[in-house]
Amino acid sequence: MKSVARQTAFYALILGVWFLIARLRIWPPYLFPPPQAVLQALWAGFADHSFWIAIAVSMKRIAIGYALSVVIGIVLGLGMATSKFLEQTLGGLMVSLQSLPSICWLPMAVLWFGLSEKAILFVVVMGSVLSVTISMETGRKQMPKIYAMAGRNLGAHGLKLFLFVLFPASLPYLLTGLKQGWAFAWRSLIAGEMIFVSLGLGQLLMMGRDLNDMSQVIAVMILIIAIGFLIDGLVFSSIERRLQCKWGLTPAT
Amino acid sequence: MTASFRPFASMSDVLGAPAWVSAAAPAQRVVDEAISKVCLQDITLRYKTNGSELLALDRINLQVKAGEFLCIVGPSGCGKSTLLHLIAGLQQPTSGTVLIDGQPVHAPGTDRILIFQELGLFPWLTVAQNVEFGVKMKGIPRAERKLKAGYYLRLVQLSQFAESCIHQLSGGMRQRVALARALATEPDVLLMDEPFAALDAQTRDLLHDELERIWEETGRTIIFVTHNVREAARLGDRVALFTFRPGRIKREILVEVPRPRQMEDVNVTQCAKGILDDLREEINKSLEQEYKLRP
Repeated sequence: MKSVARQTAFYALILGVWFLIARLRIWPPYLFPPPQAVLQALWAGFADHSFWIAIAVSMKRIAIGYALSVVIGIVLGLGMATSKFLEQTLGGLMVSLQSLPSICWLPMAVLWFGLSEKAILFVVVMGSVLSVTISMETGRKQMPKIYAMAGRNLGAHGLKLFLFVLFPASLPYLLTGLKQGWAFAWRSLIAGEMIFVSLGLGQLLMMGRDLNDMSQVIAVMILIIAIGFLIDGLVFSSIERRLQCKWGLTPAT
Repeated sequence: MTASFRPFASMSDVLGAPAWVSAAAPAQRVVDEAISKVCLQDITLRYKTNGSELLALDRINLQVKAGEFLCIVGPSGCGKSTLLHLIAGLQQPTSGTVLIDGQPVHAPGTDRILIFQELGLFPWLTVAQNVEFGVKMKGIPRAERKLKAGYYLRLVQLSQFAESCIHQLSGGMRQRVALARALATEPDVLLMDEPFAALDAQTRDLLHDELERIWEETGRTIIFVTHNVREAARLGDRVALFTFRPGRIKREILVEVPRPRQMEDVNVTQCAKGILDDLREEINKSLEQEYKLRP
């Protein structure tokens, strides 16, 4: 209860200071809009459906891109965990590629795929696949050997062994990578959309700049934060909680 | 042979007969003298450990009859657990063959289930789902699976914990889940690797009684590895004593104490004492070797 009160007070303070500074009119309103202008921009954006469309387009892109990188990442990670050769070759490459900001893939994507959906998907996948791969590899390696043995002993092999034993057993490790991969995918998507692709939240953000409309810029930024926060809180945290309860990693409440 | 697989009848009276069990079978354990269920022929296993070669198992020959309860005792490091892995098909011997009903085995199979020392229960599944696992892998339909899981959970007296998570259970309860999970696949041979080593004495005594009862109810062939000689004498029809490195069978002892037995029975204690004298020799050997390695 106390923490909720504290948080409310904190955000109220930010809003208040923001309101006051805007009131002082040190900068013109199109550069430093008051909170109510941002609220208005949010309202207007949803009212004329432009925000809804942008959200739908961005969500579709991230769904496809993220799903692709999860599948590719799991396959690569499993491969690296089982083959010494892949680990020593691909493993090193993966780690070094991690230091490359995902937006650096954009020029390559544009040259290969043109200004198309494929290009943006490429950037999203390259941005998030490494986290998934690496966490799947550590998950497969660090899970107690007994699970795989018990699974084989009870008649699981091949795909069944993976689906019913190896995958769930590595989920606590994999989840970290899935979460991180999601965050990277989201960032890569917005960055990519800002630069070239039509529609989407990133493009809406740039449109605000082009129109000298700071209210819209801030409104879209709030949207991007809110969506990222919601997915993290609703999807990943609830999976995490269920997992922890089931595995007994934290005392069940 | 088949007679040994349907002796659920007496338990079924108590628990309600499951559909797949023929209730007509008499409730008695049938030891089929003619055919050996498990037959180990000249099993040899060598390890390569950083340059030097270790002979872990040396020409093991062993026959286990259908429905028999065989205990294997030996000092730690004698390769008795490894032998179970070989029978389970999780590992291949350097030479020699494992025969089940006269057929050589090369891979794991649900006709012989190993209960690991660490159990290896799946924490992402509930108790009931764990018990169902092997049955599910066999591709048996959901309804029948539930029925079987329910039956074996009752058999180990864990029905009210069906929906619990593994981490909520005590050590003894986990032990029983592992037993139910193994039994649910209805294996001919149950391989148990020091399953009760980590339990307190009271729980262990309780589980001994329960295991003996379930064995008599289900007529499974059990190979039970332990380092505890009294446990072996308490449970086994026969005890095979292993030597320390390389693992060989030093002696086989028939335990002719009537059942049900108790750990404290004079006859059990006496039998254990006889085995222990031999085992001590091996333990001393293992200690000697260990000290010799340290300058």
